[in-house]
Amino acid sequence: MLRMNALAPAVAGLALALSSGAAIAQQAKDVKVDYEALVAELKNSFSEKGLAKLDRFDQSEMQKACSKADAGAELPSDVAARITKEAMASVKPPADGNYLGDWKAGEKVAQNGRGLQFSDTAKTVNGGNCYACHQMTKAEISYGNIGPSLYQYGKLRGNSKEIVEYTWNKIYNSHAYMPCSNMPRFGAAGILTEQQLKDVMALLLDPKSPVNDDSVKP
Amino acid sequence: MKDMRMAAACMGFAALLAGQPAVAAEDTAQGIAQYREMLSDGNPAELIEMTGEDLWKEKRGPKNASLEQCDLGEGPGVLKGAYAHLPRYFKDVDQVMDLETRLVHCMVKLQGFTAEEVTKKPFAGAGQDSTDIESLVAYVVAQSRGMEIAVPQGHPKEREAFARGREIFYFRGGPYDFSCASCHSRDNQRIRLQDLPNLTKPEPARAAFSTWPAYRVSQGALRTMQWRLNDCFRQQRMPVLKYGSQASIDLTVYLGVNANGGAMDAPALKR
Repeated sequence: MLRMNALAPAVAGLALALSSGAAIAQQAKDVKVDYEALVAELKNSFSEKGLAKLDRFDQSEMQKACSKADAGAELPSDVAARITKEAMASVKPPADGNYLGDWKAGEKVAQNGRGLQFSDTAKTVNGGNCYACHQMTKAEISYGNIGPSLYQYGKLRGNSKEIVEYTWNKIYNSHAYMPCSNMPRFGAAGILTEQQLKDVMALLLDPKSPVNDDSVKP
Repeated sequence: MKDMRMAAACMGFAALLAGQPAVAAEDTAQGIAQYREMLSDGNPAELIEMTGEDLWKEKRGPKNASLEQCDLGEGPGVLKGAYAHLPRYFKDVDQVMDLETRLVHCMVKLQGFTAEEVTKKPFAGAGQDSTDIESLVAYVVAQSRGMEIAVPQGHPKEREAFARGREIFYFRGGPYDFSCASCHSRDNQRIRLQDLPNLTKPEPARAAFSTWPAYRVSQGALRTMQWRLNDCFRQQRMPVLKYGSQASIDLTVYLGVNANGGAMDAPALKR
């Protein structure tokens, strides 16, 4: 009886602690998850289809470090520096030195969310799906907000050599400027072709594009 | 009468959507809210729940047995509150199961079906009749309406599932470097006009978890939690999530525990 009485407040206290999110998070950290076992579990839990193979669970150093950082761990400064350095090294400037394509084609790339899903095929033309996360033109009001607004991108920044190259690099491999960016590496990961990248560049930087001129219909 | 009312509501909704090519975000949200209100006493999921109830009680399979002795964690045949406490550890199989894997387990053990035939086509196509498993899910889930979500963490295997589920939530991979967290770990984010709940915080996690499964108006089908995860992974550019896989259960435990304390309100009605 004495023991029960002594235990009761402890049990009540534990129940209270367990019900809070912080306690649950702490509890999760107390359980060690073996990395190799987790990757094996993921590979056992999915089946390959079309372009989507199981090697998509083989993380690069960047993906592994950024997963940890997203989950609340600190990103070590040397790892962060390596990610940005390697990202910058992965960027290929346009072969002909011409960064700007056709903004009309770029608008199509920005609207298109297809590509590299298990429901797509090798013939699917990949999109950039820019509008999923960014505001771009005034006319398109169905835009997301995970990334910053790019409305009037070129009008606000001009198209100096520095801005043009920065923009190309950012789209090609966003980690070049921000380790663990949420934005896909559209050039480095082979999502968009060089021509598509140029066309998106034109959408952002051409003064005659609907991003920079409201009177132009996209 | 109910069907007519539903048809009228659907037409109204279609008109709302088709009215202008560029519908403002608020108008769309208002349209959906209005549509929900019109259907508030007539969610199409109710018909699927009724089919599920028949399937639960009907003697079926090689063993010609019903599912009425199926133990979903609250004891054989107890449905009330069962879904609000799932996924959970089941001693008879010594593993953590979600509702869908447990239903498959019961259909195999009690009715004599093979797991392969039960899970061959777990999800109905758009506009098709619900599959048996979807109907059963709708029926069972509805018996937890209004009940507090309390996904247990008492057993070590439940805690391990949560810890793995959390790792999977943050696991970045594939050509787009996406994880669940890419879209679901910050407040007030949207893809296009679609709101993305922050599933790491109790309030939005509760709002999300408590309203799945749901009848998806745009697909004319009832969608389960397994379907929800499968379609998220498609958008992450991952391969196809296997029905009832360990990763699917671990992730559901993580999402469920984050939602603990919320009140179940499913099957819900969504866009």
